[in-house]
Amino acid sequence: MARTVTPARKLTFTILAWGIAGLIFFPILWTVLTSFKTEADAIASPPKFLFFDWTLENYATVQERSPYVRHFLNSIAIALGSTLLGLAVAVPAAWSMAFQPARRTRDVLMWMLSTKMMPAVGVLIPIYLLFRDLGLLDTRSGVIVVLMLMNLPIIVWMLYTYFREIPGEILEAARMDGASLWNEIRHVLLPMALPGIASTMLLNIILAWNEAFWTLNLTTSKAAPLTAFIASYSSPEGLFYAKLSAASTMAIAPILIMGWFSQKQLVRGLTFGAVK
Amino acid sequence: MGSITLRRVRKSFDTVEVIPGVDLDIADGEFVVFVGPSGCGKSTLLRLIAGLEDVTDGQILIDGQDVTHAAPSKRRLAMVFQSYALYPHMSVRKNIAFPLKMAGLSAAEQDARVAQAAGILNLTPYLDRRPGQLSGGQRQRVAIGRAIVREPAAFLFDEPLSNLDAALRVNMRVEISQLHKKLATTMVYVTHDQVEAMTMADKIVVLQAGRIEQVGSPLDLYNSPANRFVAGFIGSPNMNFVEGEAAARHGAHAIGVRPEHWQLSTTAGALQGTVGVAEHLGSDTFLHVGLDGGTPIVVRAAGEVPVHHGDRIWLTPQDGRIYRFDAQGLAL
Repeated sequence: MARTVTPARKLTFTILAWGIAGLIFFPILWTVLTSFKTEADAIASPPKFLFFDWTLENYATVQERSPYVRHFLNSIAIALGSTLLGLAVAVPAAWSMAFQPARRTRDVLMWMLSTKMMPAVGVLIPIYLLFRDLGLLDTRSGVIVVLMLMNLPIIVWMLYTYFREIPGEILEAARMDGASLWNEIRHVLLPMALPGIASTMLLNIILAWNEAFWTLNLTTSKAAPLTAFIASYSSPEGLFYAKLSAASTMAIAPILIMGWFSQKQLVRGLTFGAVK
Repeated sequence: MGSITLRRVRKSFDTVEVIPGVDLDIADGEFVVFVGPSGCGKSTLLRLIAGLEDVTDGQILIDGQDVTHAAPSKRRLAMVFQSYALYPHMSVRKNIAFPLKMAGLSAAEQDARVAQAAGILNLTPYLDRRPGQLSGGQRQRVAIGRAIVREPAAFLFDEPLSNLDAALRVNMRVEISQLHKKLATTMVYVTHDQVEAMTMADKIVVLQAGRIEQVGSPLDLYNSPANRFVAGFIGSPNMNFVEGEAAARHGAHAIGVRPEHWQLSTTAGALQGTVGVAEHLGSDTFLHVGLDGGTPIVVRAAGEVPVHHGDRIWLTPQDGRIYRFDAQGLAL
């Protein structure tokens, strides 16, 4: 029997949903507003919400002080690089787990996921020493590899879920039609799993873009992405909230825009398999 | 050429043995149907021939060549799946051309063969559609088209008509039989529907619990079933079995009489019973009769018979139409 939704109940849920959405969005809005304030207005008490002297000065200062474009390019290289490398590793892994499962496949998947539960700081020192000895500190390739490894369990899990939705008979048909394993994956599996792969890519790009722990610890300048760019504004000579906000806005803007345009794909991807 | 030979083929999944050892010869050009109840191992046997499952033990030969460990693509076989298994992201044309593309044929050759197959299967108007835009019967024809373009040594069909409605199933059954006549290629067909088996096969292989119960032509199996299982499985409605005194009179543990082999009388006969349900189809009358001993019997009488629920009738098996079985179920 369908549950009846009374107008009052609907109104309550609508208000609740907007309230929660507002709560989540407020810090971002506040950051953006602060980026247009003077340093004095930024720390004014009581806080000024909309009625302050709007200025672009912070953006100009940030542009002068730091090489935004370099950080931006590093972020793009790291986010895209770690995602593509992750997919190259995860597609075959997820294929074998979804279509050729062994007795312990489920356990392996759980183990992979469990590594995400370990605090990253627990392996910081060994990885740092390893990177130092291999000359990978402050290199894009080093950060790409480490972020790929960190996000690999999520990529494998997501792809595994999408692949499981594809009927095995279709892949068997491809095999009967003379397709090699590579052709089976290229011509049949990947095109069919494309929506899932796109969602996985998007999510992974966002995770890699926002990742701060490893990028801050393994880079200094050359390979530093936008997260390091933001961090450089919490300087020892004191916090400059307005400039920090301007830097943050510039750092999160590209990913926010990307997320906005791909939200339909993301929602579909994240709920895939959960609702049929 | 497309002869297939199975030699002591065994298949186990972990500790469960599903095919305990099968020997079978399929001649070139033959239409062979594997039939049996669900879980009898018929689809597994087909998949072993296809190479989609690994053989635990034994040998599979195609045209005398050992392909036991060859990849599916190396066996020169084409398969039609129950779910059609079409590539949803490709047009009908690309679906049919896919095996040719994989074989490295030129685009011109691909086009020519696709056009030919589409012509045979009446698919020409649909070549640029996606599978999702086709009806069930059309999808099944695309799956068959994808199989025939390869000109394989043999076709394997895994319950290909199960997803179609009854009317379409009859049409497709005829189409597949005609296709077999036209191509004269070996076909191995799996079904649980014994009517499909009887109407299409040159040779039927009846399976139960992974074992071959009997191999023979449809009429061989109908007229001379090797055991009670085959006797009960082949023929529709199923054969009736009577045990006890009536069977003992014929020197058997049980006797079997097909529904169409009873003589009806309202006055005298060998066995008496009460009509439970009478189904009047015009062309036939089906009577569900409970014998006085309790045994249920189905009778099929040609034409219209004026018998109704609750009527008392006498049944007598036709001469020479009694099948006798021993206590182990083997035909006597």
